[in-house]
Amino acid sequence: MPTIPPSPYKSRPVYTGLSWVAGARRHLIAAEGEGALAALDLLAAADADIKSRTTLLYTPGGSKPQGHGAKLAALLPGEAHEFPSIETLLFRLNVELTRANMSTRLYTTGTEGFLGRVVALAQSHGINPMSVVTEHRGSLARRVQCVHCKGFIEGVTTSIVPCSHCGISLFVRDHYSRRLGAFQGVIVDAEVPGDVPAAEEAYP
Amino acid sequence: MIHAHDIRVRVTAIEDVAARTKRFRFEPVDGGSPPLFAGGAHITVALGDDDGAIRNPYTLSGSPQDRGGYEITVLRTTDSRGGSAFLHEQVRVGQELSISAPINLFPINFLARRHLLIAGGIGITPFLSMTEQLADLGQNFELHYAMTCSGAAPYEAQLRSRLGRRFHRYCSDRGERIDLETLLAGQPLGTHLYVCGPERLIDATIAMATSLGWPSENIHFERFAGPPPGDPFTVRLAKSGQTVTVGQHQTLLEALERAGVEPPSLCRGGACGQCELPVLSAEGELLHYDHFLSEEARAAGHSIMTCVSRLKGRELVLDF
Repeated sequence: MPTIPPSPYKSRPVYTGLSWVAGARRHLIAAEGEGALAALDLLAAADADIKSRTTLLYTPGGSKPQGHGAKLAALLPGEAHEFPSIETLLFRLNVELTRANMSTRLYTTGTEGFLGRVVALAQSHGINPMSVVTEHRGSLARRVQCVHCKGFIEGVTTSIVPCSHCGISLFVRDHYSRRLGAFQGVIVDAEVPGDVPAAEEAYP
Repeated sequence: MIHAHDIRVRVTAIEDVAARTKRFRFEPVDGGSPPLFAGGAHITVALGDDDGAIRNPYTLSGSPQDRGGYEITVLRTTDSRGGSAFLHEQVRVGQELSISAPINLFPINFLARRHLLIAGGIGITPFLSMTEQLADLGQNFELHYAMTCSGAAPYEAQLRSRLGRRFHRYCSDRGERIDLETLLAGQPLGTHLYVCGPERLIDATIAMATSLGWPSENIHFERFAGPPPGDPFTVRLAKSGQTVTVGQHQTLLEALERAGVEPPSLCRGGACGQCELPVLSAEGELLHYDHFLSEEARAAGHSIMTCVSRLKGRELVLDF
C-alpha cells in the first residue's frame, strides 16, 4: 500500500489513522475504496455497544471487485450503507451531519481526494478539520483544482495534468486547500507556451 | 513595575456591583481611545505602592463598543496577594495607574455555529464582553450562569434584560446545579463551549464534554486563579550573573521585574507560554503551576513559566 511521504508544508494534512473516540454517543464512518479495510479493522476492535451506535457509509470506487461491502454489512447489520459514487455518499453524509450533535464523531478513510471532500463537508457543518478522525488508504491520487478556471480534476496520479475543464497544462503543487479538499494546479508553460515537460507518475 | 509599552490611565469611576465586588473604569490620561479589544480579552494592571510591586491580570468586563475606556470587575478575595485588596481599599477615583494593552487568550471562535457559555461566580467577567459582541453580531448563543443568589449577583439584571431567553441562572446557594450531561449531550454540531469560574466548575465541565466525545478543539476555558504564594527562594541569572530574591507573595516574574530585568511575559496566568525561561539548575523542587507545559516537559525540568511557577528550595539558575 503506498504511503504519503512527509511534506515540508504545515498546511498539508496528516492522516493519523482510525481509532474510536471514547464516550461519543454516535459514530459516523465514511469510507471509500480500500478504506473499507481500515473500517473493517476499526470495527473488529469495537464492542457491541460501540457498534450499536455506529453508522457506516461506503462507496467501493475501484475496489468493487473485492466485495468489501458484504463484509462491512455483516459487521453492522442495517447500519452499513453502500453508495454507487462519492457524490451519492456525500449527499447522505450531509443529511446525517444535519441531524448530528456534539456527541457525534466523524471518521473517514480512503483516497486523499475522498478524505478532503468529507473533511470539507464536515467543516461546512462547523466541525474543525482536526477533530475528524482520518486514515489514508488506497492510491496516492490527488484531487486538484485548476487555479485558472477553478474546475476540479479527480484522481490525478501525475506531476503534470491537462485541466479537464479548460485544457491548460497544470503542474500539481504540494499546496493543499482544506476548504476545497484539493491540491493547487498551476499553468506549467506560462513562459514558453507549449513547452510542457513530460508528466511523471508521481502519485500512483 | 511599569513597562515601556504600558498605558497610563486615570480611574474615572468605582462602583459596587455586588457583595465584595467592584467595577473600576479606566480612561487614558492623555485622552483619546485606548486600543480596541474583543470579547474575552484581559489587561494586566500594575498594583501596590511603590510603582506597582505586583501585576495582576483582569478581564475587561465592559463592552468592546465602548471606545472611551476600559472597565474591570474585581472580587475582593481573602487569599489575595494584595492585588484585589489594593484595588478595593487603596484606589480612588482620580488616581493614575499603569495598565498593559489588551491580550486575548479566551477569544470567541467565529467558525462556531453556536456558542455555549458557562460561568460560575466572578467567572462571569469575560462573558460580559463576549455576550455584548455575540448579541451585536446576531450569533447563536446561550449563557448559563451559576451564582450565589442570596445577595446581589454581579450583572444578573443587566444580563437578563440584554439576553432574555438566552440567559439561564442557577442559584448555587439553593442547591441548583447546571445539568452538564443533559446540556452538553444535546448541543448541535458546530457548538463551541466556553467555561470560566471556579476550578471545580471548569474541571467538571471539561470532563463531562470529553466523556461525551466532544473534540478538544471545541472546548475553551479560562482559569483566573492567581499564582499561589510559597517560600522565598533565590534566582540567579546566568548571563548577567545577577541574583534576585523572590518573596513569599511575589512571583518569579515580578521579582525579576522589580530588579530591573524585563523578561518576556504576556498573560500572567500560566496559559500563554510567553514567559517560559530555560532552567540551568535547580537546588530544590520546581513547582509548576502553569497550564502550558506538558507533563513530560514538567518532569524534564528544563524550563519554568516565571509568571506563576516557583522553586521550593534554595536556588534556581536560569539561562537568561
